[in-house]
Amino acid sequence: MLKLEHIDKNYAEHHALKDINVTFNPQETTVIVGPSGSGKSTLLRSLNLLEHPDSGKYTIDDRTIDLSEPVTTDTLLWVRRKTGMVFQQPRMFDHLTIMGNMIEAPVHVLKQSKSDATKHAHELLSAVGLDDMANRYPYQLSGGQTQRVAIARAMAMAPDYLLLDEPTSALDPELEAQVLRVLNNLAQENQSMIIVTHNMDFARHAADRMLFLEDGEIDFDGTPDEFFNKPTARIHRFLNAFKFDQDEH
Amino acid sequence: MFEFIATYAPQLIVAGIKYTIPLSLVSFVVAVVIAATVAVLRSYVPHATGLGKLGWQILKLILWFYVWIFRSTPMLVQLFVVFYGLPKLGISWLSPSGWIAAVWVLSLNTGAYASEAIRASISSIPDTQREAAAALGMTDRQIFMRIILPQATRISIPTLANSFISLVKDTSLASVVTIVEMFYLSQQLAAVNFEPLKMYLLVAVIYALFVTILSIPQRYIQRWADRFVKDQR
Repeated sequence: MLKLEHIDKNYAEHHALKDINVTFNPQETTVIVGPSGSGKSTLLRSLNLLEHPDSGKYTIDDRTIDLSEPVTTDTLLWVRRKTGMVFQQPRMFDHLTIMGNMIEAPVHVLKQSKSDATKHAHELLSAVGLDDMANRYPYQLSGGQTQRVAIARAMAMAPDYLLLDEPTSALDPELEAQVLRVLNNLAQENQSMIIVTHNMDFARHAADRMLFLEDGEIDFDGTPDEFFNKPTARIHRFLNAFKFDQDEH
Repeated sequence: MFEFIATYAPQLIVAGIKYTIPLSLVSFVVAVVIAATVAVLRSYVPHATGLGKLGWQILKLILWFYVWIFRSTPMLVQLFVVFYGLPKLGISWLSPSGWIAAVWVLSLNTGAYASEAIRASISSIPDTQREAAAALGMTDRQIFMRIILPQATRISIPTLANSFISLVKDTSLASVVTIVEMFYLSQQLAAVNFEPLKMYLLVAVIYALFVTILSIPQRYIQRWADRFVKDQR
């Protein structure tokens, strides 16, 4: 369980998160949506402390971290092992092969043996359909393929929660579909996931729970059924922004 | 003409093999070690507080001063200071011979320039790489040594090769600290045969030859370093 209580984050000119209270349950897929600048990414990045909120409490399992104080390196590394992160860009380590990318952290962070890590990596790469690419360098793969590797690379650390920050926003629809299929499979296996996305079809299909953020506040927290079928006026406008043929007058 | 070359070229080449090449290679190795160390230390952002932080600030100030002083004074002047000046202060262990003095100055001078090249390539690696590695739970040291530095090394190779070429030619300055390298020898020979134009053109050609030969490995090193950005031919 991940639990955020009274989370506040201020930037110089921008109040990014305002008194956020939210709990993420294990084995659920939570989809976070909302307009740009609403604080979605900041919220997600706070969960693995790539962003450090100014104040609030963060509980993982039975350990609570007071965010108004600086965290120790040990705590930081512990949080990062509980939560895997996939970014909008694949962020491959370009100097390492796909296999090198896969085993870098398992070998040097989890201290797995190289052969164990390699074996596990082959399984994960097969699951995303890319085992035959193991010895290639990232530049030799397409954007959709590297993003699938990025998901497998995060999964190689066996995180309790997989966090994904707009993982398909940089991809064309066909490549996006490949990546979403991988995520859908993970959701079916009850991998706990928290995904920031703009893809409503995916949200409708895979989400167990929807969060809608606006101006640093959680505007909606409920099931996809409520979100899509009984939307508030604001969510209705958000969902229908793409319908060009609608006559507003 | 042919007779002139046949008479003088062998002597010059011998002087090159005895002084220019060893001076270049030894100084370059020392320079790269200095440059990498200085660049890494200057790139490091310490988390220390209190006394540790003060220690880092002093160290960074010293490193800044080193780079500044060697980049803003002529190498010829540096050679004179180290070889002729410092012994007057009783610091003769630093330059017991012209050879050692030349290695010191060539290494420290080249190291100062090269450290800036390496530092620039370190900071050219996007912060997204650091973040991706941090998200996987890697420590700052692991991120630097295993993710940032290998990628920065590749980027710094062309600039380091440039520094090396400059260094080969700068060894001619060692003539002022009593080393009879190629240029000094050509001066001595020109004083005897009264053919300064032919003599200096000949030594220029031999420098060009040496630089060209010594630059050959760069091609292979670059090709190896580029393995993760280009298809191999």
